[in-house]
Amino acid sequence: MQEHLVVSASPHIREDVSVRKVMYSVVIAMVPAIVGSVYFYGLRALFLTLLACAAAVLTEAIIQKLRGVPVAVTDGSALVTGILLAFNIPPGVPWWIPVVGSVFAIAIGKQVFGGLGYNPLNPALLGRAFLLASWPVHMTTMWLPGKGGTLSGMSLSGIDVVTQATPLAIMKSVSAIIADPASTTHQVVQAREVLAGLGSSDTIANLFIGNVGGCIGETSALLLLIGAAYLMFKHYISWRVPAAYIMTVAVLTSVFGGPGGLFTGNALFHILSGGLILGAFFMATDMVTSPVTPRGMLVFGVGCGVLTTVIRLIGGYPEGVSYSILLMNIATPLIDGRTRPKKFGEVKQSG
Amino acid sequence: MIAEASLPERVVIPLRQSLGAPAEPCVKVGDEVKVGQRIGEPGGFVSVPIHASISGKVTAVGRFPHPGGGEDMAIVIEGDGLDEWHESVRPRDDVESLTADEIRKITLDAGIAGLGGAAFPTHVKLSPPESKPINTVILNGAECEPWLTADHRLMLERPGDVLEGLNILMKAVGADRGIVGVESNKPDAVAALRAAIPDGANIVVTAVQVKYPQGAEKQLIDVLLRRQVPSGGLPMDVGVVVQNVGTACVVYDACHLGQPLTRRVMTLTGTPVANPSNFLARIGTLLSSLIEQAGGMTTEIGKIISGGPMMGITQFSTDIPVVKGMSGVLFLSRSEVDERQPDPCLRCGACVHVCPMKLVPVMLEKLVIHERIEKAVEMGIGDCIECGSCSYVCPSKRRLVHYFKYGKLLAAQKGAAVKAAAGK
Repeated sequence: MQEHLVVSASPHIREDVSVRKVMYSVVIAMVPAIVGSVYFYGLRALFLTLLACAAAVLTEAIIQKLRGVPVAVTDGSALVTGILLAFNIPPGVPWWIPVVGSVFAIAIGKQVFGGLGYNPLNPALLGRAFLLASWPVHMTTMWLPGKGGTLSGMSLSGIDVVTQATPLAIMKSVSAIIADPASTTHQVVQAREVLAGLGSSDTIANLFIGNVGGCIGETSALLLLIGAAYLMFKHYISWRVPAAYIMTVAVLTSVFGGPGGLFTGNALFHILSGGLILGAFFMATDMVTSPVTPRGMLVFGVGCGVLTTVIRLIGGYPEGVSYSILLMNIATPLIDGRTRPKKFGEVKQSG
Repeated sequence: MIAEASLPERVVIPLRQSLGAPAEPCVKVGDEVKVGQRIGEPGGFVSVPIHASISGKVTAVGRFPHPGGGEDMAIVIEGDGLDEWHESVRPRDDVESLTADEIRKITLDAGIAGLGGAAFPTHVKLSPPESKPINTVILNGAECEPWLTADHRLMLERPGDVLEGLNILMKAVGADRGIVGVESNKPDAVAALRAAIPDGANIVVTAVQVKYPQGAEKQLIDVLLRRQVPSGGLPMDVGVVVQNVGTACVVYDACHLGQPLTRRVMTLTGTPVANPSNFLARIGTLLSSLIEQAGGMTTEIGKIISGGPMMGITQFSTDIPVVKGMSGVLFLSRSEVDERQPDPCLRCGACVHVCPMKLVPVMLEKLVIHERIEKAVEMGIGDCIECGSCSYVCPSKRRLVHYFKYGKLLAAQKGAAVKAAAGK
């Protein structure tokens, strides 16, 4: 026997990939959106993001120490949670909001369940849900206008544009005015004008670039898509979840989302506004909390799309991306169990 | 080039060289033997005889290191340096007129077991029940694993013999069609084989996509014929027999030259090896002797693997002998050995994506860890071909195949326990 020989089960070679590599790739993929947030909302956005990251990493380290498990904060997973949490809060909130959110996300959303790989829900989204439930005013009104000020053509009497300055919130308000029989004719006419403005090519262009009010990291579809393309190129995220998610929202909002009855909705507006792009590419694709089977990913994406549309069009909140993903996270084990691929040779074929 | 390894002074020939029962020795210490002389009788139907690979004297029958792991019974022959063939080895000129039964008898007598790695007795594969007619024989030239090149060299250097071997195999099972599947990164082998196809033979050489595990039997049948072997079934269930190109060569040797399986082509490779080589080595040659002939090692060895990097079995020592199923030995340097502790599963799904049997490795691993074996069997752990693709791609470096081997073992034990209880 030669003692220096390693004896182990096959395979004896491994692909050059690791948890760390996956996590830092996700961080790299979010850098364009971080840069964008600074451009749109100033250095304050970066400050809040860094606070969220520091709180997340520190919380993870302390809890791992207390649990007596190896401190593995350098794997990058807490950093990802910190950035995603910051991406999901308005840029005008006080400094302690991202800190509290990150601590909750890591402590309750992740470590309570056993740490990386064991959490049933996306920790960053759970942190956001906690903040939204605890400090609803902070989380729904402390928007900062995009670089160009408010959206063009958005002045609207009777509606406080400053406190509701996300496109989806404006959409919700004017839709309510149009639907309300108590509204005056003048108000309805104005509301229709605003609605038309929301669907204009100017607005769509601003939404795509990200020059609108919204959460720190969610507004620029362009920058998010650049990061997502990188992750897809690296095969760290599959096209299935985002494609199913976005297609579902597109179909449902174009059919049911318009003020003039069926098939008058503006799907492009719904895809580009709010947190859909961020959610579909960076949060619904979270490996730990989404299905592993190919068909399961499609089911998961469709489920997220249906819930998001229902919340946006019928629910009390203007935006439903984070709750939809959290709800589908819960369904993930069920989906995986029901969507197992057909085994090779499971159906006999004639020879 | 395939180099003939020098005549070993001593060979250790294990009795267990095929799937099924090991052979039973039919010589005793002190007997004089010649090359090709039978020294072990088959231990059952699924078993093959073994033959002396050098001439000399039997000096021991006992337990020696076996490349399959641990120690096993083997016959040791000290050579006399004469390398004389036994009188039973005679060329034959009536191969054309051999019947299927005669061919099966010859392959059994020659001790032929699959040379691709699994060492399944060839005469058994050539004896399908009448209810399973065979119409196609596939020769596997899609090298099963990276690094190994023995089959490639054989196709280049003995294409005519490979195809004649295929022709004999087709006759043995009554198949009217032969296909050689070769990976498309070996255009020279494809060309050599195509040029060697005899006129009028219903044989085609098909280039298949380079994609691990293309050389796995079920995957090769699927890609060549679009037939999926049913779960739990065998290739004969879809009218196919698959043989390795190396096996076809030794079938040729057995039928035309009358030579039993006493030597095989095997690859000796890896970054620490000074001169990676393909050797035509006698069965029973010790690895240490082949290492010397390959110029020794340039760096310290971290792992010795019998077989390839994806499915091979790690070895404890260099005192292991060449056996019939040994397609190659791979050496890894210390720095190439990646034995990091696994991280928690991220549920990224890469293993699901890559599994050629369309299983869900992430779920199977959890079931085995919690010893929920019945559920694991239900989810197809028995279908796992242990190709290693899942472990290879896992970012958390989880030891998936390790658990599947363990799970299969538990399942077999459980099955045996159930049978024993039913028998009472």
